[in-house]
Amino acid sequence: MNDEIRYLLGRAARGKLARRTFLGRAAALGVTGAMANSLLASAVHAAGPQRGGHLVIGLQGGESTNSLDPALAASQVPFTYLRTTGDTLVNISPSGEIVPRLAEEVSATDDAKTWFFKIRSGVEFHNGQTMTAEDVAQTLRRHSDADSQSGALGIMRGIADIRVDGDVVVLETNTPNADLPYLLADYHLVIQPNGGFDDPTAGIFTGPYKWAENEPGVRHVMEKFANHWDDSVGHFNSVEVLVINDATARNSALQSGQVQMINRVEPRVAGLLARAPGVSVQSTAGRGHYVFIMHCNTAPFDNNDLRLALKYAIDREDMLDKILRGYGSLGNDMPINAAYPLFDESIPQRTYDPDLARHHFERSGHDGPVILRTSEVAFPGAVDAAQLFQESAARAGIQIEIIREPGDGYWGEVWNVQPFSASYWGGRPVQDQMYSTAYYSGADWNDTRFFNDHFDSLLMQARGELDLDNRKALYSEMGTIVRDEGGLICPMFNDFIDAHNAQVAGWEGNPNGEMMNGFAAALCWQTA
Amino acid sequence: MHPILKLVIQRLALGLLLLFAASVLIFLGTEILPGDVAQAVLGQGATEQALANMRAQMGLDRPPHVRYFEWLFNFVQGDFGTALSNRADIASSISRRLGNTMFLAAVAAAVAVPLAIFLGLLAVRYRDRWPDKLISGITLTSISLPEFLLGYIIMYVFSVQLGWFPSVSNINAQMSFWQKLNAVALPAMVLTLVVLAHMMRMTRAAILNVMQSAYIETAELKGLRRFTIISRHAMPNSIAPIVNVVMLNLAYLVVGVVVIEVVFVYPGMGQYLVDHVSKRDVPVVQACGLIFATVYIGLNLIADLVSILSNPRLRHPK
Repeated sequence: MNDEIRYLLGRAARGKLARRTFLGRAAALGVTGAMANSLLASAVHAAGPQRGGHLVIGLQGGESTNSLDPALAASQVPFTYLRTTGDTLVNISPSGEIVPRLAEEVSATDDAKTWFFKIRSGVEFHNGQTMTAEDVAQTLRRHSDADSQSGALGIMRGIADIRVDGDVVVLETNTPNADLPYLLADYHLVIQPNGGFDDPTAGIFTGPYKWAENEPGVRHVMEKFANHWDDSVGHFNSVEVLVINDATARNSALQSGQVQMINRVEPRVAGLLARAPGVSVQSTAGRGHYVFIMHCNTAPFDNNDLRLALKYAIDREDMLDKILRGYGSLGNDMPINAAYPLFDESIPQRTYDPDLARHHFERSGHDGPVILRTSEVAFPGAVDAAQLFQESAARAGIQIEIIREPGDGYWGEVWNVQPFSASYWGGRPVQDQMYSTAYYSGADWNDTRFFNDHFDSLLMQARGELDLDNRKALYSEMGTIVRDEGGLICPMFNDFIDAHNAQVAGWEGNPNGEMMNGFAAALCWQTA
Repeated sequence: MHPILKLVIQRLALGLLLLFAASVLIFLGTEILPGDVAQAVLGQGATEQALANMRAQMGLDRPPHVRYFEWLFNFVQGDFGTALSNRADIASSISRRLGNTMFLAAVAAAVAVPLAIFLGLLAVRYRDRWPDKLISGITLTSISLPEFLLGYIIMYVFSVQLGWFPSVSNINAQMSFWQKLNAVALPAMVLTLVVLAHMMRMTRAAILNVMQSAYIETAELKGLRRFTIISRHAMPNSIAPIVNVVMLNLAYLVVGVVVIEVVFVYPGMGQYLVDHVSKRDVPVVQACGLIFATVYIGLNLIADLVSILSNPRLRHPK
């Protein structure tokens, strides 16, 4: 690289030279466009965050029914605006470590039942009020109350007592819970003045941006909050979230430069979109997975041979290739993959084996077709996936009859009601939470009707186990039990596929959620 | 009383009656749905006690006819209640959305109606020759394509390739009139293409019908230009069917453009209604339903009145 290019790069990276001008000059010096673009991207990254600019994000998952009350947030747009305007006690880094945020220090007693969160001092709310430990405690209390209808209620149920001791918030859990800090990184648990008891929809938080305009289902505008406690986040002057629920409209908006970032790129167009000039498609392996679930207590699925037959009769590689176009990874009939901390890589991968499937099917003694219910809303491509499953099972002599259900009412009347259906899971920050949510005998959403005493006791044992090697061994055994005895057929884990254009730098995928776990607006910055 | 005045009053009364019937249907329809508002709000975790409390609080324990008249009375006074899903005031959310919908409909209509009628006249002037066939071909093609596909094609050409207009038609209160006009250019273009054919064909057919009359022949014999004959002499006599079709299409532009709203991310009524239907937000659905019914009945009423007024036999009674 000659001096001229190096000089231009430096200026472009610092925003002194417009990107187009740089590309033009680079071309004059004989550097191709693609090469110049990638040179610029790495120079920009090396130069570090730039201040200023207006970020526009186009997102799927916003409705005109959205509320600013964090308790009621459920879809992607509220997720993103809460991450942008609010702060939680801790965050989870892309590599899975706890990052202290509003809590400066986190510690626990040896039995992992009493937790101490030392609250950061000098943090200001958007209304000028100073945040106290009492505000934090009140926030947690509000989400613990069933009346708040909070999406975080499931997390808070395990907390028996919340009290304040000076600048420390003390939490007592019912049972030992070594993962508690991970749970408190949930996006519902952004801290509000007096916990939001006065006005939950006020939109007053402590995040790097504050509310400017809120039009639910249309757009949300946020401005830089000058008194934010952390200078290393929030580089834009303002952030605008546009609700664009149509996938093609999102792609066009990115390509025509009306938005700088989009979420939920469809796997079948991701490759094409990546070829558009200036567009980077960001694929991040996550914990979300697509599933076919059988009720372990309902005939004919109460027979483990039949369950195993169906597990061997699904062609995972083919499905990953055709449904996700490779933007994902193979599932192994357990809800856990390598994106989780303490995952055991040594559990063998289950593969398509028509002979074994036929063997187990014959041993089960079942006769006739197996009814599988699916719908467009179960997961993107669920109807096609069911058909692929039908074909691969037919080659093993197992007849699957597909019933296509309407999308409206699928989650109320089919999923968790019918004994064999297609569905998806979004994944959880830690293994314990995933298993507690859906595989523990008493779980709210035990959608495979899996009741296994040994599994339950391992789960309880792992919660109080602070030694990581021992915990990993416990989780490995639990995973194997679900894989070999459970009602879950998990063919694949889906990646988060987001995209941004060349006006944005600083992207770093986070397996905890799409759009850098919702922090894209807080962590990225504008290039020239 | 002048017969026209009488007719107009009759029509207005009929319109009000229809509106009243529509309001009964809307109320009954949402009433028949399984579960009531209290169940919709409380969801799965509803206990009997909580349901009873909520019903008492919302006044749902009273008989339906009492609630119906209360609802209607409040609605007429502009009090639509609050949305269940996010506790927003329905009247203020709807007024903004309705304003947006009306703006888009007005822009599309301002282009589409004169264009359709002009093209219709042109098609009659060059009947069965290439301009007629070209106009029919293009408009029939555009009406035959599904709206969303037309939207994507136009978006690809004018936004992604040429970069003339934005593909996201998000408008807000801070934008000037010209900025708004620029923002809605693409959806208005698609809507124009969608409604053009219907109005154009009807204009053409209605005028051709009149063109057989003897007085047209007289006009021709007087040596008038053919286009003048069509626009000055034939068109006024075929105004009634044309206005009917124009009004039907205007009503469509107001109540039926949810697909276009989704494709171009336009914050109109359709999207608002669909969001609340999926959340079972009954008060909003009722309010939207009644507003749509009002628009539809109102526009049809205007069409009726115009066709009555355009009839000289009614205007000049012996």
